Formats: sequence, structure tokens, C-alpha cells
Amino acid sequence: MHPLRIENLSYRWPRAERRTLEIGTLTLAPGESLFLYGPSGCGKSTLLSAIAGVVDVPKGVIRLADQDLGALRGGARDRFRVDHIGMVFQVFNLIPWLSALENVLLPCTFSQRRRTRAGDDPARTARLLLDELGLSDPSLTSKQAHELSVGQQQRVAAARALIGKPDLILADEPTSALDEAAKATFVELLARECAEAGTALLFVSHDRGLERHFDRSVDFQDLNRSAA
Amino acid sequence: MLGFSLRSLWNRRFVAGLTVLAIALSVALILGVERLRDGARDSFANSASGIDLIVAPRGNSVQILMATVFGVGGIGTGMTWDSFKWLEDRPEVAWAVPVQMGDNHRGYPVIGTDSSYFEHFRHSGGQPLSLEAGTFLAEDGADAAVVGAEVAARFGYGPGTVIVNAHGSGEVSFDLHDDAPFTISGVLAPTGTAVDRMVLVTLEGFDSIHAQEEVPLADPLDPEAFSADGHEDNAAHEVHDDHATQSDHDSHDDHTAHDDHGSHGTNEAHDDASEDHSEHDDHETHGDHADAEAGHGHEPDRINAVYVGLIDRTNVLGLQRAVNERPSDALSAVLPAVALAELWGITGTAERAMRLMAWAVALAGMIGMVVMLSATLDTRRREFAILRSVGATPTRILALIVTEAAVLTAAGLILGLVLLTVATFVTDPVLSARFGLRLGLNVFGARELATLFIIFCAGLLASLIPAVRVYRMTLADGLSVRL
Repeated sequence: MHPLRIENLSYRWPRAERRTLEIGTLTLAPGESLFLYGPSGCGKSTLLSAIAGVVDVPKGVIRLADQDLGALRGGARDRFRVDHIGMVFQVFNLIPWLSALENVLLPCTFSQRRRTRAGDDPARTARLLLDELGLSDPSLTSKQAHELSVGQQQRVAAARALIGKPDLILADEPTSALDEAAKATFVELLARECAEAGTALLFVSHDRGLERHFDRSVDFQDLNRSAA
Repeated sequence: MLGFSLRSLWNRRFVAGLTVLAIALSVALILGVERLRDGARDSFANSASGIDLIVAPRGNSVQILMATVFGVGGIGTGMTWDSFKWLEDRPEVAWAVPVQMGDNHRGYPVIGTDSSYFEHFRHSGGQPLSLEAGTFLAEDGADAAVVGAEVAARFGYGPGTVIVNAHGSGEVSFDLHDDAPFTISGVLAPTGTAVDRMVLVTLEGFDSIHAQEEVPLADPLDPEAFSADGHEDNAAHEVHDDHATQSDHDSHDDHTAHDDHGSHGTNEAHDDASEDHSEHDDHETHGDHADAEAGHGHEPDRINAVYVGLIDRTNVLGLQRAVNERPSDALSAVLPAVALAELWGITGTAERAMRLMAWAVALAGMIGMVVMLSATLDTRRREFAILRSVGATPTRILALIVTEAAVLTAAGLILGLVLLTVATFVTDPVLSARFGLRLGLNVFGARELATLFIIFCAGLLASLIPAVRVYRMTLADGLSVRL
């Protein structure tokens, strides 16, 4: 079983003149972490959108946990996504008026699979995850998300992506709002947690300084033939 | 989903609270208008039940009904006792109750009548009047008074209390008849009709209020003024005669003072005097009549109205025609039901306007809710994107908005009912004291539930406007929002 397998993916945004994506093959093994780097605007986010199933892709090009994404429609794709993918974005990952803990538990409210895989007591699992990510203080976890610092918010987002052991975590420049020290800590924690959970990690960034934390790294411009 | 909506709304509790308040006000207004209308109609219909015909000096039927049954406004004292006797003796008439009015007790109407009133008056679908304490008006007790439940409760009256009435119908009056006090003989049980706010006295008592006072106030040029306040009592007659003579002199002087046609003025004065005289003759005739026939202890010269009950109600139109065509007295016979229908015809426009306004407020409340939900959409786009990234489908996000609207509307409905109940509780004493209107804290009727349901559905329907926008937006935005 491959968490992610892409073959001959080509994608053009509606009304765009040329293709944004033209990808031959990209495969991730279970628990593998991949660092995908490249400058801004080269189509990295489009690739993540395609993998997350937000943009329509043809059948047979993206397989997520052995499921052809192109064969799923609308709501089924949304449900499939939360079952198998955890996501961390650049900024604004959290619902501001929910507590840190409640934010972490969100995937469990929408996905039966994630809830089951989060153990008997998802709230306890969530606290453990937050603890491992350095947010052990109960006053922090019960705080509303908008009261947390950006670094804390990103770690809460990481915990949310990890809960219920999804097959794949997509991280879209999650460190760009963090300072240098926080960046390294965050990436290290994320990579370690993914490895422990057996979750594959696709980490997209323009910052090659983070490369050393990953099993493998790929230059997006090499991967994407259309960008050349 | 509900918990989530509640949390989300709590996060915007200030605006959400205002929205709920707007909806609540409209709900309270809509139901309040309806209740007021129903209350008024019930109360009016109940007050007039059992009376087949009201006979009064010729006038507008609505005015007659309002004055005679509800003690609102007034009518002239143009009906002679002769006409009453004539009416009472008609073969189709089962009973006739004479009524005098025009005075008030601390703002409550004072009605002069006799014991037959208690015998024949029916309210709220045929119930007779009953006493809470004391006795009904007795034939002999001229200074006795029976007060309605409302009057008794408001001023703490009971049998034995001595009260003083005032002339006119205003609440504040300096023209107190404190020389003619009444002693309360009985307190009526509550009826929920206009009777609750009435003070009932005997015809004799009602007349005696005016025995000493009105004569000096009378217009010397108006012969009617004397006969209108005619009295059995001989002393009063003497007073009358004195004044009549005096005022004739006055008028004579006036005339001579104003113009030089002295002889003409004198003639007029003489005419007046002779007219006066003939009126008094009439009066004496009445007196004889009264002596000849028993049944009514005191027979006033003139009364304001007569409540009539028929043996066979199908004869009501025939009697009405007979009354209208009676040559000696200009009278109107009013069918309470017809007059009520006429009254509702008049107030119908105002009712419709009120109802329209209430629904307009509801519409404003709904628009307020749509505005509130829509205005926050842009700032909530990130929130929706996050929810989608953790597995919420666009349909669920649409449902979230509709749930929020449902919560707001439901809260508005509940708060509206609370407001209405509080408002009813607060205004009920005022409404019943001033207008004899009892709203009561009744349970919800089917129509009210239907109204609430309609408002709720309107709220859900209105929320589809922002909800559909959100649906489209979340589809377009995907998982990351570029603002």
C-alpha cells in the first residue's frame, strides 16, 4: 500500500493558458518523509490541492491509500480526505473560537476512521500529542486558539494533522511564519511524530535549510516538467 | 453540529443577541396584536351577550353600544320613561332593563339601573352575574351601590364602604357629588367584561346625585335642561319652579338689555315659560303614571337606554322597526351583534395596519439575521476552509449556517414569548382597568402555534441566502483561502 502514488498528472487551471502541473511519477512509502522544495509560484500549492482533492483531477492519475482520487466525487472526496490525510497550512490553521484541544479533535468529529484510530479516548490522545509537541501546559490547551502564539498555533495544527494516524500529512510551508529556532524545532517534531505514527509526510517549502530533517528531498522544478 | 453552531454563535454573541432581540420583538408584536384583537373581541362579545336589543335615543349604533354596554363615551338622555313603559309592555318583550349613565366613580362608569339588571344581564355565553360579597341592589336602598370586581379590587372596596361619585366620565374630576354618597351593598364576581369596571346604583340614587347640583348650572334658555333632570321629590320640584321663574326673568332682562324690541323679548320669554310649564305638566303626568303602576320603585323622568330581552328572538327585527318608527320619541334600536360587526368594520383597517406593521417588524428582524449571517461570511471564510480541510463537506457547512439561523430564530421565538408574557403581565391590570380588556396568560392556540411555525420557517428560508453563498464560496476557496 502506498500512501501516495502519482502517475502522469497534468493539470491546467480553468481558463489558464498553460498547464501548471506536468508530473511523471511521485510515490511515497508508508512513514516516508519527503521534502519538496522550489520557489514560490511554481505550482507546489496546486499539486497539494490536487492531492487533497480540491481540484478535479482525471481518473487514474492520483492514488491515495490505494484509492483512485479521480473516481471520487464531491462529498465522498471530502470524507475520504479527512479519513486519510492530515493537513498543515502556512498560517491560520485553527478555528479561532475553539480551544487548542478542540481544534486538535476536529478531524475526529468529522471522520469515523480518524476517531477510531485515535484510541478509546481521543481527548487523551490529543493531549498526549500536544504534550509531545511541547504544549503540555493545561492552561495552554484550554486557551482559545486565537490567544496562542503563531508557533504554538502551528504545533496545534500539527497535532491535529497527526491525530487518528492518517496515511499522509500534507504540509504547505508550515514554517514560513516562524523564526529560525522555532522552524527547526517544529520540523524536527513533526518529522519525528510522523515517523512514530507511520504516517507519510509530504513537506513543501522554499527553504532548503530544512532539508536535512527528511528522508528524501525533491526539487519541484525537476519533478514538474511544465515549469521548465 | 448544534453544539458547534452554538459555539460559533457564542463567539459572536453580541451581534447574535441583537438579532435574537429583533426577532423576539417582532414575535411579541405579532402575537400581541393578535391577542389584543382577540381579547377585545371576546370581551366585547361577552359583555353584550344575552341582550337582544338596546334601545336608546336616536344615534349611531356603535356609539350607543359603546356607551351603554362598555361605559365608553356617552349618549344623550333623551328617552322618556313613557317609552320605557311602552317598550316593557310590548308583547314580544320578555324583559326590559332601564339604564342611566354619565357619572363616574374615580374614572369608572357609574350606571343607574334597577334590580332587573342583575336578573337579566348575561355575560360570557349566558352566565348570570354573581356576587362575591354582599347583596344586589334592593328596591328600597336608594343610596346602595354594587361595584364590579375590578373596581372593588383596585380600591379595596367591600360591602359597607361609602363612596362618592363624580359627574362626567373623566378619571380626574373636581365636580364631586360628595353630598350624595353611596354605601356599597355588594361586590360582583369577576366576569372579564366591562361590568367588572362598573359601579351600579339604583335609578333613584343616580337621580339623587343630580338633585341639588345641576339646576343652578342649567342653561336658562334651554327648556330641556329642566325636564332632563326631573325628580320625583317635591322639594326638587320646588327648586325647579323657583329657578324656572328666576331664569325666565333673567332671560327677559337679557333680551331687553340686548335689543330694544322689548315686547318681542317678553313674548319669547313667555313662550319659554309656557313651554316649561307644559314640560312640567308632562312630568306630573309621568308621576301619576308611576303611582298607578308598581314594579319600578323609582321612575326617573328620562333615561339613557334600555336593555331588551325578547321572548322569541326571531321577532327582533319587527321590534326594531317598531322602535324606530315610534313617533313620540326619537329612538334607535340596536342589535348588539350587528353593532359589534359594524365596530369591527371600523377598527378592521387599524387592525390590518397593526398586523401589517407587526409583520414588517418580523421582516426587518429576518433581514437583520440575514445581514448578520452574511456580513460575517467574509471573515469566516478561513473558518470554513479549515472545516473543509478537516473533513466538513460544503453541504455540512451550508447546514451549519442554516443551524445557526435555526438557533437564532428559535431563541428569538422563545424570547419573544417571554417578552409577550411579561408584557401581558405588566399591562393586564392597566388594560382591564381602562378598557375592561383581559388578555390573560392563555395557552397558545393553534393559530399562534401556526404563526410561530411560519416565522421559524421564514427564518430557515431566509438563512438559505447566506448559506448558499457559503456553499459556493467554500467550493471555490478550497482548503486555503487567499484573502
